[in-house]
Amino acid sequence: MHVVYPAVVAALLFSIGVYGVLARRNTILVLMSVELMLNAVNLNLVAFDVWLRDQLHGGQVLTLFVIVIAAAEVGIGLAIVLAVYRNRQSIDLDRLRELSEPTELSEPPSPNGAQPVATKVTTGGGPE
Amino acid sequence: MTPALWPPTAQEIVFLLLSVVAVGSALLVVTTRQLVHAALWLVACFGALAGTYLVLTAEFVAWVQVLIYVGAVVVLMLFGIMLTRAPIGRTADLNSGNRVIAAIVAIATAAVLVTVVIDGFRTAYTPLEPGTGSAESLGGSIFRIWVLPFEALSVLLLAALIGAIVISRTDIKGRE
Repeated sequence: MHVVYPAVVAALLFSIGVYGVLARRNTILVLMSVELMLNAVNLNLVAFDVWLRDQLHGGQVLTLFVIVIAAAEVGIGLAIVLAVYRNRQSIDLDRLRELSEPTELSEPPSPNGAQPVATKVTTGGGPE
Repeated sequence: MTPALWPPTAQEIVFLLLSVVAVGSALLVVTTRQLVHAALWLVACFGALAGTYLVLTAEFVAWVQVLIYVGAVVVLMLFGIMLTRAPIGRTADLNSGNRVIAAIVAIATAAVLVTVVIDGFRTAYTPLEPGTGSAESLGGSIFRIWVLPFEALSVLLLAALIGAIVISRTDIKGRE
């Protein structure tokens, strides 16, 4: 088995996870994309453990640990999502803007998420 | 010593087929317009990844992947979809407005990673030996060498469980 095959597949899965985290609006879909990224890392860990013939099996043991941490993360994440839903009746990431910098555009919840984010970045760095 | 990258061996063909399934269903997870379908495509992706672990002789990790990811995490996701009363069926607004920027960033990440990985590991080759990732060898490794992180992780899992219960219960009030 060439190591380049699992490494390339893991890179592609990671990029798909990046796209999902950036492009999705629903919080649960963002959590799913984070899981995809974690799985890409797991595939890398397994492949390199097999390649390096680790006597301590560090890669595969770390994969198990990552799986456990991912399970804990999903549990806590969904609990937070449920708490947010109970308070706001919405889990759209674009509408959860209470912690953003106060800009003139961010007050009405815009259906288009790109424009307020861009203005927030440009105005956030300057002095008030 | 190192065989050529092409033609692939039978193991590599099986691995590539499984990874095509994994990458394809991952793409569907991030592009589908139906929330429940995304969770179900996630099952397909994780199942195919478990298959690739099996091909890579990591049997124990493969079955843990099936048990925890396919069994527990996806079910938790479905519960989350259900409890937030997400729209079942086709919904138009699952994607935020910055799709194009996200696609550009993702393609750039993929290009950089694939280029670097191919350049770095072009000649790396390992023959697969069955049995190196069995439950016996992995269990011995965990409970002989990695037992301290294992115990710390079990405490972390307990803390996460209690935290999730406390966050999601409504009758526990904070201190005034």
